Amino acid sequence: MFTQYKYWEPYISPYDPCKPIKVKSYATPPQLYMGFQPYGLKQFNTPKEALYHGTLWPQLYSPYPNPHKGGDQGE
Amino acid sequence: MWYYEKKLQYPVKVSTCNPMLAKFLIEQYGGADGELAAALRYLNQRYTIPGKVVGLLNDIGTEEFAHLEMIATMVYKLTKDATPEQLKQAGIGEHFVDHDRALFYHNAAGVPFTATYIQAKGDPIADLYEDIAAEEKARATYQWIIDMSDDPDLNDSLKFLREREVVHSQRFREAVEILKEDRDAKKIF
Ligand SMILES: [Fe+2]
Repeated sequence: MFTQYKYWEPYISPYDPCKPIKVKSYATPPQLYMGFQPYGLKQFNTPKEALYHGTLWPQLYSPYPNPHKGGDQGE
Repeated sequence: MWYYEKKLQYPVKVSTCNPMLAKFLIEQYGGADGELAAALRYLNQRYTIPGKVVGLLNDIGTEEFAHLEMIATMVYKLTKDATPEQLKQAGIGEHFVDHDRALFYHNAAGVPFTATYIQAKGDPIADLYEDIAAEEKARATYQWIIDMSDDPDLNDSLKFLREREVVHSQRFREAVEILKEDRDAKKIF
């Protein structure tokens, strides 16, 4: 399974004026991996659910903000 | 031609009186990677792209106008009852002196919309790659606006719009694959 967010650690100088953000993240949503969307992909159970997600297919859904990002650690 | 449905693609609700969010949202209205630029870019490219993907540009270009309406609704709701003092404090006093509370096509920094935001190279691959990039940039812009906003109802609509950029990008990527396939290539013996 692919992950929807990737992480990296920027260089931190001893002279940085602001409290450094140690780990930065960026989004890598599903369309980067899907290629041609396969036929018969599972859909959300109800039209309402699909509307709320903005797509018919759970596999194309990209959450934001990153749901796995811990509360207050900057990025 | 188009048929118009008098409703929004997704409900827009704004729960806090925070005109400063209007200043940020206007980036998606008249900014380089905003909904107006997207709609005009795709609908204009339709004429010179292979027939197999014209319908896609038509559908997505049309949907972008539906997104433009949602952004307009958000901006309007955030500013319609704000006092000049509140608008000044929100950093949109400059907008007010020129436009009152009317919407205008400019970006978050007040730079007016320009056709130079969009391209039409006439090369199908170049144009579709630009479209993919435009969708990713619009997705990122939504992310940064969501980061700046603490209005949960507004963010709900913004997350919907962000997801639509994901789906559009997926479709444009598929369009490139369709045009790459050599099933219809002219065979020369
Ligand atoms: Fe889009």
